[in-house]
Amino acid sequence: MRNRKRTGWRRYINGVNISAFFVVLFVGLPLYWLIASSFKTPANLGDSPPQYFPTPVSVGNYTDAFKNNNFGQYFINSLIVTLVATALVLILGTMAGYALGRLPMRGKFTLMVTLLIISVFPAIAVIAPLYILLRDLHWLNSYQGLIIPYTAFNLPFAIWILRNYMLGIPKEMEETGRIDGAGPFRTLWTIILPMALPGIFTAGIFCFTACWTEFLMALTFNSANQYRTIPVGIAEFGTVFTVPYGTIFAASVVAVVPIGILVFIFRKFVISGLTSGAVKG
Amino acid sequence: MADVSLEKVNKVYENGFHAVKDLSLTVADGEFMVLVGPSGCGKTTALRMVAGLEDITSGILRIGGKEANDETPKERDIAMVFQNYALYPHMTVAQNIGFALKLRKLPRAELDAKVKDAADILGLTDWLDRKPGQLSGGQRQRVAMGRAIVRQPSVFLMDEPLSNLDAKLRVQMRAEVARIQRRMEVSTIYVTHDQVEAMTMGDRVTVMRDGTLQQVDTPQNLYDNPDNIFVAAFIGSPAQNLYDAVVGEGTRSIKLGSQTVELPEAVAIKRPALRAYASKDVVVGMRPEHLRAASPETAGPKLAGDVDLVEALGSELVVHFTIDAHRVIAEGAVDKDEAAAVKSGEGVARVEAKTPVKPGDKMTFTVDVEDMQFFDTKTGLAIRG
Repeated sequence: MRNRKRTGWRRYINGVNISAFFVVLFVGLPLYWLIASSFKTPANLGDSPPQYFPTPVSVGNYTDAFKNNNFGQYFINSLIVTLVATALVLILGTMAGYALGRLPMRGKFTLMVTLLIISVFPAIAVIAPLYILLRDLHWLNSYQGLIIPYTAFNLPFAIWILRNYMLGIPKEMEETGRIDGAGPFRTLWTIILPMALPGIFTAGIFCFTACWTEFLMALTFNSANQYRTIPVGIAEFGTVFTVPYGTIFAASVVAVVPIGILVFIFRKFVISGLTSGAVKG
Repeated sequence: MADVSLEKVNKVYENGFHAVKDLSLTVADGEFMVLVGPSGCGKTTALRMVAGLEDITSGILRIGGKEANDETPKERDIAMVFQNYALYPHMTVAQNIGFALKLRKLPRAELDAKVKDAADILGLTDWLDRKPGQLSGGQRQRVAMGRAIVRQPSVFLMDEPLSNLDAKLRVQMRAEVARIQRRMEVSTIYVTHDQVEAMTMGDRVTVMRDGTLQQVDTPQNLYDNPDNIFVAAFIGSPAQNLYDAVVGEGTRSIKLGSQTVELPEAVAIKRPALRAYASKDVVVGMRPEHLRAASPETAGPKLAGDVDLVEALGSELVVHFTIDAHRVIAEGAVDKDEAAAVKSGEGVARVEAKTPVKPGDKMTFTVDVEDMQFFDTKTGLAIRG
């Protein structure tokens, strides 16, 4: 009996699938709770027993976030800061990664170790001096006041990912380009960059997520309403006496959406980007 | 179409490693020249210098009579096939083949026609829209070839292009590459460590060792008349049997361990230089096919050995035997693991498939002494003339 092949839906019942089910449940339930709650009316939010599916479905929390709490502005601020910082990190990181992975250079090892140390440096340790620096530059409450530190903090990790990715591209690819008659820029653009795309996407998504969710610096440097980013914005929704859970849930859902879309589109690249270099060939 | 000549070309790397030493070599227009040697012998470095991927430390490289030392790979009008093919993974087969032409800004129609021609020659027509990742190893190899032939360059450079293929495909592609080269009549430098490829493909073969040229000759001449022990040991599979031996008085015999093999007058006449070695040590070389199974009634020079192993190849038997003479391992010709596995006195003979022989037997071979090769023990050079 044991060896009989399971048929129909029963064949999906095995250890791996059951474990996967519980993992998905563990990760997915809070997310479902967040989304479901964001569509409940404030009155229904605290129901006991809780509503598993919002009835009635209300978009009141969303309108509240955008209309009364300036969430649209925060969203745009986050988008500007994150996109510009990510773009800078990718441009600089790709070039640095190419140089460190490929070009003959002295002191590569020292540089890489330095980068590694910087990338694990706790932000809290530099927040005070950075604050003074930005204040003297009159960059507090400005986009560049976040973009520049975000770029600096995310660059080391991006360089690591990209450098490892570049190392995995056989050097014959460049040589064959040279023989075919491609100049250095052409080689980088038409041969190396397309091959490094998975690495670039991986670095991009990590950087995007880090900037998008960054709280400490955003709170310290850009507390003015006009320049607030999403994490700080959501945190300041409440007053001393009220916590508008519904509005916070709705804003959080909107905040999660871009990351979800990004990861969903580029999931294939991210997986290959993270595993490349682990195994030669 | 162009000939390629290297004049006293040297390559010294920054770390002081002298990879190619005074290499002088001429590849005639349309000739298929194979560079062969053990790994690290400088053959790939030599090829890369011709390609323009490595600087030439000293010496002159001429392509088509024109000095090319300072020309870029593009200006040299060469095409190169790499060991790992180096196909652009994000481009289709057609784009891969046409990339160099596209860079040359060839009109679209002409480019398409040329790509199609190349694909026809290589049997890739049905695969033009595929990406390299969807192709088999053999097909990828063909695309790499296609990328080279589509440009109709002056020189083909190939760096072990078949070594990533499985054995059967390699044999097939070997013939195909040779056929395409003959058809296009483009001068070709082909690097390989596989001496079978060298023998079967090359018009001429250059044997290198430790950055130094050992011998340039037609495959048959390399096989029959190696200039030194290294070439003798490197060319041929199974490898040549090389033993320390002593030439007898008047060069009428040669002593191999405890056995004496008679040398007929003809051998001494063919090699007058051998007379100077009477009663002296030499290294003697015998190809496996020059040791044939002897029946009791056959006359002539004989050698007896203890059979260790018999490999039946169907068409013939490869008999591994041991005699009590000292086996000479030419340094560098076989890799260290291989050398360690060879027992002192071990030899190989190729005999007829029907020969009744089994491990443990004492077997007597007839020696084709006229094909024996003799080398000076100290210099390693062939004793000729």
